[in-house]
Amino acid sequence: MTAIWINQILQGILLGGLYTLFAAGLSLTAGVMRFVNIAHGDFIVLTSFMLLVLTTSLGLNPVIATLIVLPIAFVVGFILQRLLLQRVVGENVLLVILVTFGISIIIENGLLEGFGADPVKVSGGALETATVALGNGINLGLFNIITFIAAVLVVAGLDVLLYRSRIGAKIRAVSDDVAAADLIGLSSARIYAIAMGISFVTIGIAAGFMSIWTNFDPASGPIRLLVAFEVIVMGGLGSMWGSLAGGIIMGVAQAVGAQFDIGWQLLAGHIVFLIVLAVRPQGLFPKY
Amino acid sequence: MANPETQADLLSVENLSVFYDKFRAVDNVSLRVAAGEIVSIIGANGAGKSTLLKALIGQADRTEGTIRFDGQDLRGRTTAQIVSSGIVLVPEGRRLFPSLTVAENLNLGWEVGRKGEIVIADIWKFFPALEDRKRQMAGSLSGGQQQMVALGRGLLANPRLLLCDEISLGLAPRVVNDLYALIPSIKARGIGILVVEQDISRSLAVADRFYCLLEGKVSLSGRPADTNREAVMKHYFGL
Repeated sequence: MTAIWINQILQGILLGGLYTLFAAGLSLTAGVMRFVNIAHGDFIVLTSFMLLVLTTSLGLNPVIATLIVLPIAFVVGFILQRLLLQRVVGENVLLVILVTFGISIIIENGLLEGFGADPVKVSGGALETATVALGNGINLGLFNIITFIAAVLVVAGLDVLLYRSRIGAKIRAVSDDVAAADLIGLSSARIYAIAMGISFVTIGIAAGFMSIWTNFDPASGPIRLLVAFEVIVMGGLGSMWGSLAGGIIMGVAQAVGAQFDIGWQLLAGHIVFLIVLAVRPQGLFPKY
Repeated sequence: MANPETQADLLSVENLSVFYDKFRAVDNVSLRVAAGEIVSIIGANGAGKSTLLKALIGQADRTEGTIRFDGQDLRGRTTAQIVSSGIVLVPEGRRLFPSLTVAENLNLGWEVGRKGEIVIADIWKFFPALEDRKRQMAGSLSGGQQQMVALGRGLLANPRLLLCDEISLGLAPRVVNDLYALIPSIKARGIGILVVEQDISRSLAVADRFYCLLEGKVSLSGRPADTNREAVMKHYFGL
């Protein structure tokens, strides 16, 4: 009996890795730069569809496909910020929300037109079904373990980037005081664009894993966004490692809820989020 | 036509007007600064001093007139370009990045600047108190310490022209004395300094030449030796 619970909790932790990947890019844009991208989840779904096309039509290996997509993702994020979102950056966060909400609708409907409403999935081949037996009847998916490891690496990478690199100091400076940055010659427009590009690279990585882990369809974006937001709020805004903690909490909450009743999976996650919000609204490891 | 005097000017501003929408905050101002010269701009609140400095580093929305640095017209240049060509602003109110450490704030100055002979070791020499605090978050420093960091950040950009916007504001006189004691050694490196101040005595004490701004226009200019405090006060208040 306990083996089942241990199994579920471990599965939840690994699921937390996937959720952390969803949240990582959002932690950078919303948590650090205070820039609310409502289309964040939709971009993960859009990238997943691109990976589907690359792996089916071109027959590419999913890993190769993801590696090809990553630099494209950076450029898309950079250009999106430079040409469109930069126009609405400013005191009024509502404008950013409105524009990205519009982008979200365009992506969802574009995907619906192009691919139809049926859920799809990218095939991970043998990797997808391989399991690792830990004894006592505990079996974990190898792919899930790899996803978790990837999440830890992404979080560590972002943390090092933000707090130990020159570009990271510039991103944090612009997030502190945009006007001051411009006054001393630090081009805030360029820094925002680079940060958005980095965020989109994490979106690409998240899509690489999500597209194999689970089914997705054009309307899957918003629920991904919701999970990502809950993760970064629980973890504490501005903290990359906090996002990992938040992701694990979300994953374990959902796994435990699902163990009681499969229909309770999502609800359990939301309930735990509300509890954390009530007990510690600033999150576990807030930077601000 | 260029004459020998203007050829030597580091900064040459001719008939500059700066607008906020329809409001003319700086009105037909002409001034010049030579290398290694300390020029004061004195004026009351709202006289247009900060606006003038913002225009010099390319942060003004709409301007008329000419700004020449080293003979080059600055029109159309971005702030980043202007800073890397050698005009650096120490903004009013310090404007440090509070969540960054002292060292990180200073290094940003180096990053955006010209990369020259002033390095961070020099800043620790200028301000020994800061070296002990190099890993402290800038937001937790006192006003005087923040002003040191702001000045240090400006110097690390290796300016040829340093614009100091009200560096004495909100600071105790003794602290201000320590800051101003640095100005001669900055001047000794051949750096031109444009000092904006509300404090008339301090301005006149440090400057080689001064301009008095009243409601956006130059109301008086010259050498401190050729004038006195009363005359300046008249042109400061427009009496």
